[in-house]
Amino acid sequence: MAINTSNSNVATRENRIGSITGYVGTLKDLASKSECGTLKGCARCFSQSSTCLSMCGLSQLAGIRDVAIIHHGPAGCSVTSAGSYYMSRVMAKKRGVTSSTVYVGTDMNENDTIFGSTATLREVILEVNKRYSPKAIFVSSSCATGIIGEDIDSIVDDVREEVGVPIVAVHCEGFKSRIWATGFDISDHAVLQGIVQPPREGVKTNKINFKNFFESARPEIIEMFKQFDLDPVFLYCNSTVEELSHLSESIATTCICGTLGNYLGNALEEQYGVPYVRSINQCGIVGFETWLREIGKVTGRSEKIEKYIEEQRAIYIPQIEEIKKELKGLTAVLGMGPGYTFEVSRVLDELGIKVVWALAWHYDKKYEDGNVPPSMKYLLDNDIDFEASVADQQNYEVMNILNKYKPDMYLSRHPGSTVWAIKNGTPAIYVADEYMIFGYKHTLEFAKTIVDAIKNRSFEENLAKRSKLPYTDWWYKQNVDTFLEEVK
Amino acid sequence: MAKLLDKQRYKCALGAMQSVQAITRALPILHSGPGCAQKLSESIGSSGYFSPNIFPCTSINEKDVVFGGVKKLNSTIENALKVVDADLYVVLTGCIPEIVGDDSGEVVSRFEDSDKPVIYAPTAGFKGNNYKGHEQVVDAIVEQYLKKSEKKQKGLVNIWADVPYQDLFWLGNLRELEKLVSELGLIPNTIFGYNRGIENINKIPEAEFNLLVSPWVGLNNMKKMERKLGIPYLHYKTLPIGATETGKFLREVGKFAGVDEQKVENVIKEHEDYYYYLIERYADLFLENRVINKQFTLVADAQYALGITKFLANDLGLVPAKQFVVDDTPKNRREEITAEFKNLNFGLEAEVSFETDGYKIHEEIKNHDYHGYPLILGGYYEKELTESLKGNFLNISYPVQDKVVLDDSYVGYTGGIRLIEDIYTVAVQRFN
Repeated sequence: MAINTSNSNVATRENRIGSITGYVGTLKDLASKSECGTLKGCARCFSQSSTCLSMCGLSQLAGIRDVAIIHHGPAGCSVTSAGSYYMSRVMAKKRGVTSSTVYVGTDMNENDTIFGSTATLREVILEVNKRYSPKAIFVSSSCATGIIGEDIDSIVDDVREEVGVPIVAVHCEGFKSRIWATGFDISDHAVLQGIVQPPREGVKTNKINFKNFFESARPEIIEMFKQFDLDPVFLYCNSTVEELSHLSESIATTCICGTLGNYLGNALEEQYGVPYVRSINQCGIVGFETWLREIGKVTGRSEKIEKYIEEQRAIYIPQIEEIKKELKGLTAVLGMGPGYTFEVSRVLDELGIKVVWALAWHYDKKYEDGNVPPSMKYLLDNDIDFEASVADQQNYEVMNILNKYKPDMYLSRHPGSTVWAIKNGTPAIYVADEYMIFGYKHTLEFAKTIVDAIKNRSFEENLAKRSKLPYTDWWYKQNVDTFLEEVK
Repeated sequence: MAKLLDKQRYKCALGAMQSVQAITRALPILHSGPGCAQKLSESIGSSGYFSPNIFPCTSINEKDVVFGGVKKLNSTIENALKVVDADLYVVLTGCIPEIVGDDSGEVVSRFEDSDKPVIYAPTAGFKGNNYKGHEQVVDAIVEQYLKKSEKKQKGLVNIWADVPYQDLFWLGNLRELEKLVSELGLIPNTIFGYNRGIENINKIPEAEFNLLVSPWVGLNNMKKMERKLGIPYLHYKTLPIGATETGKFLREVGKFAGVDEQKVENVIKEHEDYYYYLIERYADLFLENRVINKQFTLVADAQYALGITKFLANDLGLVPAKQFVVDDTPKNRREEITAEFKNLNFGLEAEVSFETDGYKIHEEIKNHDYHGYPLILGGYYEKELTESLKGNFLNISYPVQDKVVLDDSYVGYTGGIRLIEDIYTVAVQRFN
């Protein structure tokens, strides 16, 4: 579909690419229904807290160095600013750079909900610009400002000339999408709208855009890409506005997580002809090799990449084969965003671990290019099937499943989730770092981590023995889809 | 009026979900957007019996904004009662239902006859910050759950202090306050933390008095309880830290409760003997290091700004530079809190500014002459600033990134010693 950067509003994932947040069945059923277009998601008449899209969207933008985020709303919305301040300082320090990114709120009160506060917002923008001279300014709405109709677009247009740096309105009303990943799209949209410039004439580059979260594997990826004569530009953590302005000149875009990178990758391709590397992700052996080969194809570097694969296989495959012996026959349940669930399922299969149930927090029927996500296609093509649900981070559903299946491990990627598996007595592996299963080396480490986690269950047993679970017996006797309702 | 909130140090009223969470087996039910709970929590002891991802939430969407979310609230409460095992269910409303006009109170009233109590606190984000939200939660308990008791338990005193989770030391502080009060022969009753809960809430009306240890948070609750439950209160503004302030605290509580004066003095003497045994042994460190200068600044909520200022001035003999209170203290409370800052030993007076704009605070700190290395106790925002001034920094107030606290406390005699340990742990890491 066409990406329209002339409008500051991004259509939600639900409306744009038919994403859903409620489903219980099997992987094959989910996939075949998506392919033929008959998949209809369900809603819940009972739910537990999940995530706000503004947190995803604005935290991404706040990772950019030396910018200002102005979050127009009550103090609870902008509370992310405290975490963002910490992140921008420690991440810059780790990289050996500095960041003076600021994230401020407007502490909107009851009067403002009646009389509006765009005049104050205007002053706040100008004052922040004066105090910090940011390289770009992002002005975000919230649920409250969205509902009362604060026109942040007009304010932004109004001050644009005066501030003299790129300034973008960012629409982050938390109620507008059940899918927090819409926040990733919102941040990409803002960057595309306000910062990315058309390619300069005559600039030749070997840069490749690399969309990730927190760049923990940055040094080793730079080293690897050097061998292919590629220079990765990591986004958005520690990015500079200058770097972002030239994203259109890169020879390709790739990402660590399809959910995270899909919007930017497709938009850069559509608007500037920068090819987007469409592949399963870098987790596991097949994933890593498929991804590298796709990069080779897209950037014309296949020969160098084949050589690299051969060398690395010789080092790592025997070691991975060895550790697989210890994993054989283990069972797993996993709960992650769809960008990881269907990738990690593949890796577990590769390692000989049986996936008994996979929960994806949401599910994108199709990506912007109109195709089923590659991770899903791979599982189907390889005849891998298991029970699956789309669970919107609903912890009670996870616990119901863990209680029924009693797997050897639970793998999760989101804060606050692993502790519940442990209280259930299930060892949990927190796959937080997006590079935890990256390539041969980290796949090996991942496998070893699983062995360690399974081997010593002391902590799980100690805690499980002494803690009472908060769910009633009634709930454990119900089917996991008890509260799902057909969407009318 | 909206304002520039630069270096934010509080949350919105819905942050009071953490006050509910601090009551064992009390469950917040959020009538809000899907992500409010996650935003308003952090990994500081939040994975207890309930955690934010257990909190039922109506997860309001676009349709609910247009058509109202009353039906969803009803089904969420109804099913929460079936799925989650709690003693008390507290419905908290966020911004959206209050703007679009959902009658949440009416929905909650439909559950009056359920087996477990369901109450409701309006905590829309724009109604105030989480200090105010905390008061709303206590108010809801008093108004909707408690009844006046004719029966009083001799010596029973309800103790109230600052806001759980917002105050990193809330658990340890409450326990230490309980300990001090029980040493006077009184029976403390608190509702937050381990082994407290609905039974303690049930005991509230039987108390002889309420003891509020906070500059302002909770004062409205005390007044409400006085009116509705007939419980008198003692408002003690200064969080007692160290020997001097804890002695004053014990004397005043003892006097209010009619405890024998000699008994109070005996308690104080026993603590002071040990306290000064420790201080005496470490006095050389305090006197002969090259980095802790006399002048200090607090950037904290009213509770710690006042409590620690008094401790550092009256116990350790340091001299207050300007102090910053960052909790958006209600205007009508500021005067009496300011007066407390001016009530220090040797006629010392601390200048205090009620300021929520962190940029202005930093400018003032940068421009102040500390005649030596500044000692700054504040939020994580002050870390980089203090480093740039070659000063000494201790992270004691929100946001906290420098310290993990399970049940440590900055209250009483032991709390004073803990704070000294923390300050000098920073100091000994450098020579000059």
